[in-house]
Amino acid sequence: MKEEEQNNILNEVTQSDYKFGFVTDIDMEMAPKGLNEDIIRFISKKKNEPDFMLEYRLRAYRKWLTMQEPDWAHLNIPPIDYQDIIYYAAPKKKKELSSLDEVDPELLDTFNKLGISLEEQKLLSGVAVDAVFDSVSVKTTFSETLEKYGIIFCSFSEAVQNHPDLVKKYVGSVVPYGDNYFAALNSAVFSDGSFCYIPKGVRCPVELSTYFRINTAGTGQFERTLIVADEGSYVSYLEGCTAPQRDENQLHAAVVEIVALKDAEVKYSTVQNWYPGDKNGKGGIFNFVTKRGMCKGSHSKISWTQVETGSAVTWKYPGCILLGDNSIGEFYSVAVTNNHQQADTGSKMIHLGKNTKSTIISKGISSGFSNNSYRGLVKISKRAENSRNYSQCDSLLLGDKCGAHTFPYINTANRSSIVEHEATTSKISEDQLFYCQQRGIDTENAIGLIVNGYAKEVLKQLPMEFAVEAQKLLSISLEGSVG
Amino acid sequence: MLKIKNLHVSINGKEILQGLNLKVNKGEVHAIMGPNGTGKSTLANIIAGKPGYHVDKGEIIYKGRNLFEMPPEERAQEGVFLGFQYPVEIPGVSMTNFMRTAINEHRKYKGLDPMSAGEFLKLMKEKQQLVEIHSKLTNRSVNEGFSGGEKKKNEIFQMAMLEPELAILDETDSGLDIDALKIVANGVNKLKTKDNATIVITHYQRLLDYIVPDFVHILFDGKIVKSGGKELALILEEKGYEWIKDESPN
Amino acid sequence: METKYNDIIFKEKVVSLFEQNRAQFGANDTTRMSEERSKAFEQFKKVGFPDKKMEAWRNTNLKDVFAHNYNIQFSPVDEKSDFDKVFQCNIHNFDTQTIALYNGWYLSEDKHLITLPNGTIIGSLAQAIKEYPELVQKHYNKYTNIEENGLIALNTAFSQDGIFIYVPDNVKTYKTIQMVNILDKEDDLFIQNRNLIIVGKNAKLTILHCDDSYNYSRSFTNTVTEVFIDEGAEVDHYKLQNLNDSTTLINTTYFHQESYSKLTTNSITLNGGLIRNKINVVLNGEGGEANVFGVYLADKEQHIDNQVFVDHAKANCNSDELFKGIIDDNATAVFNGHILVRKDSQHTNASQTNRNMQLTDKATVYTKPFLEIYADDVKCNHGATIGQLDEEAMFYIQSRGIGDYDARLLLLYAFAAEVINKISVDTLRESIDDLVKKRLRGELAICDQCVLQCKDQEKTYEFKIDISKI
Repeated sequence: MKEEEQNNILNEVTQSDYKFGFVTDIDMEMAPKGLNEDIIRFISKKKNEPDFMLEYRLRAYRKWLTMQEPDWAHLNIPPIDYQDIIYYAAPKKKKELSSLDEVDPELLDTFNKLGISLEEQKLLSGVAVDAVFDSVSVKTTFSETLEKYGIIFCSFSEAVQNHPDLVKKYVGSVVPYGDNYFAALNSAVFSDGSFCYIPKGVRCPVELSTYFRINTAGTGQFERTLIVADEGSYVSYLEGCTAPQRDENQLHAAVVEIVALKDAEVKYSTVQNWYPGDKNGKGGIFNFVTKRGMCKGSHSKISWTQVETGSAVTWKYPGCILLGDNSIGEFYSVAVTNNHQQADTGSKMIHLGKNTKSTIISKGISSGFSNNSYRGLVKISKRAENSRNYSQCDSLLLGDKCGAHTFPYINTANRSSIVEHEATTSKISEDQLFYCQQRGIDTENAIGLIVNGYAKEVLKQLPMEFAVEAQKLLSISLEGSVG
Repeated sequence: MLKIKNLHVSINGKEILQGLNLKVNKGEVHAIMGPNGTGKSTLANIIAGKPGYHVDKGEIIYKGRNLFEMPPEERAQEGVFLGFQYPVEIPGVSMTNFMRTAINEHRKYKGLDPMSAGEFLKLMKEKQQLVEIHSKLTNRSVNEGFSGGEKKKNEIFQMAMLEPELAILDETDSGLDIDALKIVANGVNKLKTKDNATIVITHYQRLLDYIVPDFVHILFDGKIVKSGGKELALILEEKGYEWIKDESPN
Repeated sequence: METKYNDIIFKEKVVSLFEQNRAQFGANDTTRMSEERSKAFEQFKKVGFPDKKMEAWRNTNLKDVFAHNYNIQFSPVDEKSDFDKVFQCNIHNFDTQTIALYNGWYLSEDKHLITLPNGTIIGSLAQAIKEYPELVQKHYNKYTNIEENGLIALNTAFSQDGIFIYVPDNVKTYKTIQMVNILDKEDDLFIQNRNLIIVGKNAKLTILHCDDSYNYSRSFTNTVTEVFIDEGAEVDHYKLQNLNDSTTLINTTYFHQESYSKLTTNSITLNGGLIRNKINVVLNGEGGEANVFGVYLADKEQHIDNQVFVDHAKANCNSDELFKGIIDDNATAVFNGHILVRKDSQHTNASQTNRNMQLTDKATVYTKPFLEIYADDVKCNHGATIGQLDEEAMFYIQSRGIGDYDARLLLLYAFAAEVINKISVDTLRESIDDLVKKRLRGELAICDQCVLQCKDQEKTYEFKIDISKI
């Protein structure tokens, strides 16, 4: 298995243009546009999936057919033609570039501002890499470490092949395929993603992000991630990348499921920086993501942290089902929208177990012509005695053409729980701006500083090295937002 | 260094400064005194470039340049420093990060490379001692949760860090107990050189026991109605502001 | 299975009633009013009654309400009702100019419209349409939105009478005008009340809007009130609701505020079966101020729903919302707040707070404070809490020798008092204060004027717990 994984990683690194770690064949290229049961059977067959997986996909597809695209979000989305999408093919091949000189200078500029190393810049922008061996050695050490602890960390496709029992047991257990339109679509056609299993009592010694940064640059349009933390285990997982990500696929519908068993803790951090479209709102990714964690066992904990700066449209509500008694769910979010971006994001905390606790901290920053909405659900069931929720959702407005909205849904059904929700909306304080300027800091930098300060509570939840990049990212995302 | 000629300033149509004249040279310390609401803070803010004020007439020439043509940050980079009467809190922005950004912006303006982290920390330490400010405070967010006295000390600390040519201290003494007052004054005195100038804006004479001015001006009804040496402050202390009202032509 | 379609059956009944009796509606309508009535009817025909699929109605289900067959009356009841007999105000020592709707019709012994010495006109809306068509037409149905939901359309199509109040420019009415909606009919009635209140420039008006029921019959009242508040005018509006447990009351109020006007509205819900108050405020001129307060006390199977929409359509306006509720037994409370700050409405200050005290595990609270903001120079905040009696405070009070029951009452009262204290008319505040205390002690139920039907033998409590929601 070790060798296979290594090969896989090697492939992914060297051929990051390909979505999958195996060779493209003619059939694949020929796969027609559109979606029907044959396409799904085809996908499943190509991936050599066991029957249960195919059945799962088909059930999801049939459910999807009966569903309607949600329109309740505060989003303005042009109609998507689901029959005009190729569901089984590698992402469109980027042209292999021979040097960084051929890369879009604007992109390079951002890389530099983020302080991304030259090697990584090449990888991210698709320049042929010659320094693979270095990376490989890093990766080998990494894999060895994981293996020592019995941690399974591989692509979803591999997991289906090598750990079908685990996949069968947990896939769809947190986000059922009928959960929503996009989850159903993903369940029918998901391409690949990651699978992670932390055995009993193991504390994963590394951030699963450190190496994954490059890997994720090539994840697909319909990504599927499943993380299972067995009793008493701990893992910190980082998805995404601060570097700008350009993808030709406009529609992204991912599903992430986390299962935390008794006393387990999972920390999931996301930096989302997909292409947001140009200044006039042309192009950009539609990002429809269903992320949910299940605190299945008592005293388990799931914590989501997200920094959302990219995509033309973001639709995601990472949440927790707090099933185990004394379990804890957390959600920390910074969402920045600029130009014509639209974000409708927030969290769902469903309290089912006794003494469960949840915290929601959301900081929205809107500028340009963008619209930024927080949408949250806190539900305390009858059984969830002595539960607590605290939500703080603040919005900051930069400019008078943008919008900031807050939609919290709160529902309680027992008398021993306490729910508190607070939110404020305001613009950046002129006094703060002037104070910075008086110390010689120009307006743009001052805004960067103030916004980062504003988002501090969330940023400090990120793993150290990412926090630094995320800070830079926030400032970059807001560039040009003030006149 | 600073020449203010016949300055008329209004805010929301209400005239605050009504023909103010002032000249400040290198190495001088000027005190501006006056009762509340006569335009002392307006004067400080207009020099620093706070938005919201309207200059109806007059000019301010600083180091030979028209100050009104410069944005606030450029004035700061050219050496204008305002010690705020009510320093604003900036949650989440650490003092260290804030000062480092400010210093590097100053250096960029002067065509210098950014200061290394080591150098910067050394500088911080050195200046902290000058104003006897706790390093604990500089680890916190800008002014957040600071007591009144700590905020004022923090202003002087920033002044020490940025080494301005023209420092304007707006009611820096207000809300300070005597020990803090001494520390603040001591800091200001230590920072004084023959090349920089200080304008101290105050309501009470008390501060001037510790920061000895070369000139004292009395601002009343938007104008400087009386100027003199440090003894003027003592007369004022003795006779009160009523005296000025009586002396004032209108 | 049949109950599933109750609302449809009822809708069809209502539609055919309208078509059969079209001539009876709005005999004195102006052309515009008549056209709008027809348009509203078409709209109702299209959308029907609101249902749970609508975002604004997801927590208030009318399906059970329609399980009953309501009667519709197209003309006032024959018997001459003696006003004093049917209505006994339980707010004592309160000097008011009282006008009433009795089962949906203006109640009067002689004239249907009176003009006070200061020029204020009060009385029946149907009469006002006859006598002052110009004045009525200028404002009637201008502030409603028949597309908001089917009930608004239905009211606009069906309304025949209601209260009319006109306060001329610069007139300050110091006497509170009390509008009383009385339900007293053995038949279960479905009533459409339509009120129009016009407050001229720099005028002042204090109104107390009471909904009371005097027997145990079921009824369904669908009230739509339009209040136009001209420049610089000031309106104090109080809504006192004390209805029996089988009553359904849907109360929609549209406040339209011009520049520098000031509105304070306070909804006090003491009792009711299913009550839904929808308050719409449009701040249509700069410098406007809107204070929207409410307190609700729900127990047994009651369902109380407060919906507040504040539209900051112009810059430099302030709005403040505070709703507090105590929810006991199997009751359900819903709060939906919506603040909209439009694109150029700079310098807006808006605040929205909902606090709930949930006393049992069988009670349910839904709250959704919603902010929608398109201007940047604003200060908006909202907060919502759901909690219980403060244990520490309970202990503190008990440690001073006060028993558990009294300590509890004290704290509950203190919780509600924050809203009650905002009532600026002293006598009214004291009376309401008293009513709230009585209500919390359960005394309203044994009082002479009992409007609760705790002794009603026929009524059986159904404990419906939807397992799927747990």
